Amino acid sequence: MTLQLPAKPSLQEPKPATPSPRRTKRRGGVSRFEHWLYLAPALIVLIALMGYPLFQLVNVSLYDYRQDQVSGNAPLDFIGLENYRTLMADPEFWQVLANTVIFASACVILTLVTGSALAVLATRLRPWVRNTLFAVSLGAWATPAVTGSAVWLFLFDPTQGLINKMLAGIGLSQFVDHSWTYEKWSAFGLVASEVVWCSFPFVMVTVYAGIQAIPTEVIEAARLDGASMPRIFSNIMLPMLRPIVIIVTIQSIIWNFKIFSQIYIMTSGGGIAGQNMVLNVYGYQQAFAASLYGLGSALGVIMTVLLLVITLVYLRLLKRSGEVL
Amino acid sequence: MKISRMLAVATLAALALTSCAPPTSNNAASTQDDKTGTLRVWLFSEVNQDPKSAVVNATIKEFEATHKDVKVDVQYIPVDTRAEKFKAAFNDPSSAPDVAEYGNTDLASYVAAGGLADITSSIKSWDEGKDLDPKVLATTALDGKNYGVPWFVGVRALYFRTDILKAAGVEVPKTMAEIETAARAVRAKNPGMLGISVGGKAQFSAMPYLWAHGGAIAADTNGTFSSKLDTPESQAGIAAYTNLMKDDICPAQTCAEFGGNASVQQFIAGKAGMTIGGDFNYKAIAASEFKDKFGVVPVPGVEAGSIAPAFAGGNNLGVFKSSKKSTLSNEFVQALASKKSQLAMFDAMGNLPTFTDVQKSVAEENPYVAPFIDTIAAGTNFVPITSTWSTVDAKGLFTNMYQQVVTGKADVPTAAKDTTAAMNKIFEAK
Repeated sequence: MTLQLPAKPSLQEPKPATPSPRRTKRRGGVSRFEHWLYLAPALIVLIALMGYPLFQLVNVSLYDYRQDQVSGNAPLDFIGLENYRTLMADPEFWQVLANTVIFASACVILTLVTGSALAVLATRLRPWVRNTLFAVSLGAWATPAVTGSAVWLFLFDPTQGLINKMLAGIGLSQFVDHSWTYEKWSAFGLVASEVVWCSFPFVMVTVYAGIQAIPTEVIEAARLDGASMPRIFSNIMLPMLRPIVIIVTIQSIIWNFKIFSQIYIMTSGGGIAGQNMVLNVYGYQQAFAASLYGLGSALGVIMTVLLLVITLVYLRLLKRSGEVL
Repeated sequence: MKISRMLAVATLAALALTSCAPPTSNNAASTQDDKTGTLRVWLFSEVNQDPKSAVVNATIKEFEATHKDVKVDVQYIPVDTRAEKFKAAFNDPSSAPDVAEYGNTDLASYVAAGGLADITSSIKSWDEGKDLDPKVLATTALDGKNYGVPWFVGVRALYFRTDILKAAGVEVPKTMAEIETAARAVRAKNPGMLGISVGGKAQFSAMPYLWAHGGAIAADTNGTFSSKLDTPESQAGIAAYTNLMKDDICPAQTCAEFGGNASVQQFIAGKAGMTIGGDFNYKAIAASEFKDKFGVVPVPGVEAGSIAPAFAGGNNLGVFKSSKKSTLSNEFVQALASKKSQLAMFDAMGNLPTFTDVQKSVAEENPYVAPFIDTIAAGTNFVPITSTWSTVDAKGLFTNMYQQVVTGKADVPTAAKDTTAAMNKIFEAK
């Protein structure tokens, strides 16, 4: 197993009541910059690998930057926020944004619910059953998105797919030649199932590790007091798992808003007449397929800002509810 | 908070750099014209690569024998990722080839990107150049300048199952209306079969319907394009094509998502009575289980005896503007696109030649290509030759229109009107 956990990691870092004497002694003129020195390697790497591309993304989004401009065949014009204005005025963009929010939210919720439920279940299973469950779901997790999507598409193929054959086999004749990607929400549902299938294992393993770290005495005490399993989960486990749940939620939000491969492959680039378009596929279509690099960058910026805002709001809400971050 | 401080640093760094424009490259035509050295060539890789390589290698051997100190280095690039490859070559001329094969629908955007050299004069001075099919040669021209030599053409025709049509009691269709009635009869007789396998995404099957009804994708007035999809003629063509994707012919549930390949696959699998397929599909169909029970005719027009204008697909050979060996490049293009090489390519790959006289001789010796040659002779048509067409294509505007009608999301007038507006917006953005 790749996950190595200390025997009993404490989740809440004990706060030192008073600063240690060594640190106070060191507060001198030169050492005020000392922490920057330690941070420097990480900062340099971060700025080079993230700061610069991000800067270029914002920069490009302010230009009329198409293939003709890139290869030097047309003058490069600074157009300010024109790309953003074009997007805001485009009803298609709003439709795509709505699709993305609904689709991603559904994926996040389903992933978290499935992952947590199976994690709790795993604590109640015999070791060999649990290990089998883990091995199988890690297989799903390890499957590359492209392969997973292709296999799912095979299974749900209208004429040759196993699913339709099985459904027809048990007498549901409406599934003969039934196309799962024909209706908008049926197609989104199919893709969402694939997404949940390949991302719940991460949530499950992480939450399971968290549960294992909860001192058994606490749960035993609750059980002695007559608490039911759901009660133990919501009142004992969940509060103690908060830090872990926060991490997996933020990860899931970011991951699911950025879904690309699954939609691109399973709905062949955005569905019938573009009905299954999500932001990232839309951005790809604009930037790379249509060579509208400026417009595509503007979409990228909007995506980044959107994710930052969602994450910050989420952290803020947690802070207000009294969580130590 | 560390994060906010880091953001501040990043913002400062960004502000310091805002004066920099995003990078651009320089694709100025090279004044250098080397007569020796390595000539770099990009050709598309094929599913069945060996026969193509054999013809190309033979041409190279001959070329190297007549050109002292010249080496030809061929790279086969995948068709699917050609866009990235070509864009990278335009962005960094030092990694660009001298000669390349490219799809004729990509031409306008490559020219706009400044990547291709104008080779009009070299075609004019080429002794074989005058025999090139003028309609096909026109697909390589933008503003009266040729940016490539057509290497082969691909057109689509109507494939049908002789046994299935006979069992359904219908004749081989002679008009577009007869295609519809025949297809309906086929499906009525064989409920598990598609009457005719067409697709909501199969744009090159849809175009003959549009043109046969007198419609057009767009009109070109001195280089300014405007969409003509909402004219009554175009709408009639759109309606005629989408009428095929009804439950009693080719149900939308199945066919709305089909592209050209998928619809031909249904025919190859024996699940369709008819389909619109290309000459390049012939070998696969002739290798299917019903190999002696099918026929091909040109897609009929509205009137009996007429042929619907087909889309003139195909690939060109072009010279990169940044090439430092322009004379050599042009000579190699002419060697590879010569009558001799095209004949060899036809024998090896079944690619239809672009010379009128070669087409004729090939059709005489190989009866099966006759329907395709007849289709070419009857006159072909093409997508708007403007760089903005690749944007229209990438956004899928044209096929979205058909899919909207087929799935019942919009009726023909609404879909045509919306698509016309969206297309015009892109044409104007130039």
